[in-house]
Amino acid sequence: MAKCIETANLTKFYGKARGITDINLTVEEGEIFGFIGPNGAGKSTTIRSLLGLITPTSGMARVFDMEARSNRTKILNDIGYMPSEAMFYNGMRVAEIIKYSADLHKMDCSSEANILCDRLKLDVKKKVEELSLGNRKKVSIVCAMQHNPKLYILDEPTSGLDPLMQKEFFALLEEKHTSGATIFLSSHVLSEIQHYCTKAAIIREGKIIVCDTVEALSKTNTRRIHITGAEKVYPNIIEQLSSPLEDLQTSNRGIEFLYTGDINELLHIISQFTIQDIRITEPDLEEIFMHYYVNGEEQ
Amino acid sequence: MVVYRQEMKQNRKILLIWTLSVSFMSFICLLLFSEMKSMVGEMDEVFASMGNFTKAFGMDQMSMGTITGFYGIECGNILGIGGAFLASLLAINMLSKEEGSRTAEFLLTHPISRVRVITEKLLSIITQLAIFNIVFFLLSCIGIAILGEKIEWGHFLLYHVANYMLQLEIASICYGISAFIRRGSLGIGLGLAAMFYFLNIIANISDKAKLVKYLTPFSYTDASDILSVGKIDVNYLIIGIFLTLAGIVIAYIQYNTKDITA
Repeated sequence: MAKCIETANLTKFYGKARGITDINLTVEEGEIFGFIGPNGAGKSTTIRSLLGLITPTSGMARVFDMEARSNRTKILNDIGYMPSEAMFYNGMRVAEIIKYSADLHKMDCSSEANILCDRLKLDVKKKVEELSLGNRKKVSIVCAMQHNPKLYILDEPTSGLDPLMQKEFFALLEEKHTSGATIFLSSHVLSEIQHYCTKAAIIREGKIIVCDTVEALSKTNTRRIHITGAEKVYPNIIEQLSSPLEDLQTSNRGIEFLYTGDINELLHIISQFTIQDIRITEPDLEEIFMHYYVNGEEQ
Repeated sequence: MVVYRQEMKQNRKILLIWTLSVSFMSFICLLLFSEMKSMVGEMDEVFASMGNFTKAFGMDQMSMGTITGFYGIECGNILGIGGAFLASLLAINMLSKEEGSRTAEFLLTHPISRVRVITEKLLSIITQLAIFNIVFFLLSCIGIAILGEKIEWGHFLLYHVANYMLQLEIASICYGISAFIRRGSLGIGLGLAAMFYFLNIIANISDKAKLVKYLTPFSYTDASDILSVGKIDVNYLIIGIFLTLAGIVIAYIQYNTKDITA
């Protein structure tokens, strides 16, 4: 499969302030790639390098097999970009913004734009300054999608959208994906990534700490353990476990924690006590994310 | 020319208001000339004997009693200040407003090169200033025709061309600055225009400050030179053209490599 996005040791410093360091990413054609990290981790900086908005301090960024900065005009022809905070020109109406975007693409996208506005229930007569965050996002979606690009770069696309619109947005995205588009989705909503992405990378303080398929990321040997009905012996259980426990929570319903050690050892220890119930589940992506964040320094 | 059209449209209101108010102010002023003319004897004496004030506005070299003198002093000052402020106002925000209003990310993630953005925005400034000057020029012609005065039309046209070049110089310098700043800074622009204007006045008053004439574009729009003799001081003009080009070149170099982070 052809590579849509490729970065090698991509590094950006703003003066002395860290942007990103040694980002290595490969997104192949047809993938839905999730890019996870909290605010300020470097998601937008990475994206801006891909779009040629900023010049990296070192390393390289390639999109469609072309160096991103010097071929940006060519690359941007086939990109649909949604910024995390979409801002438009005051005084203009939604329809004019959408038309301006199409004109900048030198395309007539009016029929596609009409369909999109209709599905997103976007009032095109509204003025830009009257738009709520959610409505600005919708304008941004139309601008990103109306020219049917090959690659979507979406920076926290669902923030500000109500749940119904989020659903409609992902339905649109899946249609685009089915017809061959590649999607690079940055988000801090992990359930989104888990639901829709095939691969994902986690970024922390400017560095990629893990990059794998979402399936593999979810399949760590970490398990979430819930034990109920043995209030008195909890301290004994915890004491005997050799591996450190994470996210330990005690409540009147029992205890739960994340366990990464040998499962046999755990079962052996627990079998010495009388408990009412035990549940062992795979952690969801959110917990894995927290795991990587808490243990970030050890990586 | 998508960006050009966008800029022309976005600035339509401010251009219209500015052009009409400055032009009509000058037009009304011009119509007062007939009254001035009748009082010319006593007035001329008054105007010629105000010391530094007389020198500051070039009234030692022109007579308020003649149409060229009156136009150069009254309308010329309105045109000079009005034009310089408009030029700085348009240019200082032209590039930086995209970052200031956070629309740069919108514009520059479309398949349009930055060189093209810079060029089209620059062309829109040049066009808008041309519109301002044409309206001002035509209204002045009408005014002079109404007064029934005779004027050396070649000198008159040259004077307006010189003023257009002054505005282009101020606009270009502001455009260069605009490429560096990240949000609109009207203060820098208007301050720069005002500074140039006052530098010229200071240079007019004091012989010791003659050197600053090389800095300010108002030196080559001197009405007494152009309107009465029909010549522009080439030395000042060459420096002006150089500064104009420098501002534009700097804008291209800086904006083309600038990191867009908002």
